[in-house]
Amino acid sequence: MSGTTPASAPGLRYPSNKKTIYDRNLNRSKNAELSRAAFAYLFIEMIGYAQRGAKDVTDLEQRLNNQGYPIGIRLLDLLLSRSSNPLSSIRPTRILPLLQFIAQTLYRHLFGRPADALERSGSDSAQYMLFDNEPMVNTYISLPREMSNLNCAAFVAGIIEGVCDGAGFPTEGVSAHSVGEQEGEGAGDGGKGKAMWPGKTVFLIKFKKEVLEREEILGRG
Amino acid sequence: MVVFALFIISKAGGLIYNREFHSGMNKLSSNDLLMLAGSFHGMHAITRQLCPNPPTNPTPSSNLLPTPFHTRATGLEVLESSQFRMQCFQTLTGTKFLLFTEPQQPNTEAVLKKIYELYADFVMKNPFYTVEMPIRCEKFDRNLDGFVKVRG
Repeated sequence: MSGTTPASAPGLRYPSNKKTIYDRNLNRSKNAELSRAAFAYLFIEMIGYAQRGAKDVTDLEQRLNNQGYPIGIRLLDLLLSRSSNPLSSIRPTRILPLLQFIAQTLYRHLFGRPADALERSGSDSAQYMLFDNEPMVNTYISLPREMSNLNCAAFVAGIIEGVCDGAGFPTEGVSAHSVGEQEGEGAGDGGKGKAMWPGKTVFLIKFKKEVLEREEILGRG
Repeated sequence: MVVFALFIISKAGGLIYNREFHSGMNKLSSNDLLMLAGSFHGMHAITRQLCPNPPTNPTPSSNLLPTPFHTRATGLEVLESSQFRMQCFQTLTGTKFLLFTEPQQPNTEAVLKKIYELYADFVMKNPFYTVEMPIRCEKFDRNLDGFVKVRG
């Protein structure tokens, strides 16, 4: 053992310059990049870990969602504190700015590009849809036939859920669904788009009732 | 670029992937294919022992195909006939890639390197693939098609 460590009682030891990870500048890793291969291998293990004890595909997706959730909570604070415009470094209080924060800022931080589309569901006013033509986490994943309805972007759905909950917009759940079907399906011009992007994923964000009520009150006042 | 077929043989000598890109070739039964892969695996091992030159330390620039150990001889690499040319690429872990092309095809090594890259991406980074098992990865097939059929 090196002679620099003090012979003291057990407990947390600090490096000799007395700086911990909490003393590091938050912006230090602002433009840091991660190799896609490194993340891919880590993701393999995460999926493997989630698969042990998972009873079926829904359970597996829920576990991946739980893995992403704490990341979302932390990313909300980090991205807001790093935002260059001091006026926009407060958390969003209305639904649309929140969703735009997710589609633009969060997505750009995670994947280097904004999300592809943001829509409000016509049938259910509490449901919003975020589209991603090819989720980066799915680039190397080919699903086996027995798990064809699994979408590993459930991990990203967990991150989104964490951001929503952290910002004070509780959700019933955020789920990832694949809408990239073969040609010959789908009505209207949505069908052609799906054939081009076989991995197209939609994140369904369903807000709780109180969020919509609050939104309506804020809209009036 | 005319590529006839691609075989991938695992460390143990079993055929884990075979794909034909050209129509009009003789059809082999799956049993025949497995036997072919097994025979090649054995032949490769034998030829590695038979190398007449004493193993020398190759300089890095002249080493076109990587070998598992720098001082050991490699096994069979190219097999050429009037109808086809077979090139074998062995990875550092013992997986062999067999590429069948037309005899005048240039750059087979570049093609093999690219196929190896596609393998490393869409097979090895696939969470649902168990190593040494038959390869059933849709993205690998799709990207392989895209690469082989577009070039040339």
